[in-house]
Amino acid sequence: MGIELIRGDNFMTTTLASAVNWARKSSMWPFPFGTACCGIEMMATLASKYDMARFGAEAVRFSPRQADLLIVAGTICNKMAPVLKRIYDQMSDPKWVIAMGACASCGGIFDNYTVVQGIDEIIPVDMYVPGCPPSPQALMYGFTRIQDMVQKGRGQSLTATAEAVPVLPV
Amino acid sequence: MDLAILNQKLTGAFSGMAYSTAEACGQATVEVPADRVKDVLKFLRDDADLQFDMLLDVTAVDYPARTPRFEIVYILVSTERRHRIRIKTRIEDGRALQTVSDLWRSADWGERECFDMFGIRFDGHPNLKRILNPDNFYGYPLRKTYPLRGERDPAFLDYKETEPA
Ligand code: SF4
Repeated sequence: MGIELIRGDNFMTTTLASAVNWARKSSMWPFPFGTACCGIEMMATLASKYDMARFGAEAVRFSPRQADLLIVAGTICNKMAPVLKRIYDQMSDPKWVIAMGACASCGGIFDNYTVVQGIDEIIPVDMYVPGCPPSPQALMYGFTRIQDMVQKGRGQSLTATAEAVPVLPV
Repeated sequence: MDLAILNQKLTGAFSGMAYSTAEACGQATVEVPADRVKDVLKFLRDDADLQFDMLLDVTAVDYPARTPRFEIVYILVSTERRHRIRIKTRIEDGRALQTVSDLWRSADWGERECFDMFGIRFDGHPNLKRILNPDNFYGYPLRKTYPLRGERDPAFLDYKETEPA
């Protein structure tokens, strides 16, 4: 806009939305919905060794009204489904959802009468993190992709990036 | 629990009652008729030499090929005398047993679980409703006839026709 030219390097111009989104993605407040073994791996991710605080997500909130990222880590049974739905509904917009692990994504190994076959049957999901359980690195990768979505808009995180996967020698 | 003492006690207190005993791995089991099971349990609790003051579990086993179909198992422990015993009885689908939740309070949830999972009713129970499954659940999932994947299972329609809730 030219203000940089007039006032020197102390100014930077941007759009309001991208500034707000940058603030948002750098201070996500997750709601940990750990119901099974994946919850343990999520705790490891949040704890000091792997440390989600590096990405600004260390302020874990146990009230859905204060959280903007729902991490569903674990098996969701039919009796738990209304609770999860209500917690999702209580979170204020804008909100994002990570389905962590095979159980939350598709029911996992529990193809039986008690388990919801993927939380996307009841709430929208932004990011599926595969694994049983996913490693902390996988969860953090999923989280950083959520950050991309916060910055660029939903569904925008999977556009081709510079981090091309190197082809392994066979 | 020494079966000899138990036999002596049971024949003394319930003369004429048909019952059978078994022992496996040092664990005693007594099978009694369904209409006497509450009397036997009360006797086992109150007798001064037996003192089964704790009901560890009430559960059931489904044998679809047998008549009567269900076996109800009571596991008793005496914390005073340090012995334990299993009491079994058989019951047909649709028949009810007397509740023992007035003898041991732990029977309350055990019997509810039995009702929830096997559809066995207990007369006189204070609050006989589902405990583990959702309230609107159809069927009794630990019956061997219940399809594993529940309402998503193609066999569920058959189940619904043959075993109404
Ligand atoms: S995906 Fe695997 S590790 Fe995670 S909750 Fe399910 S069974 Fe447990």
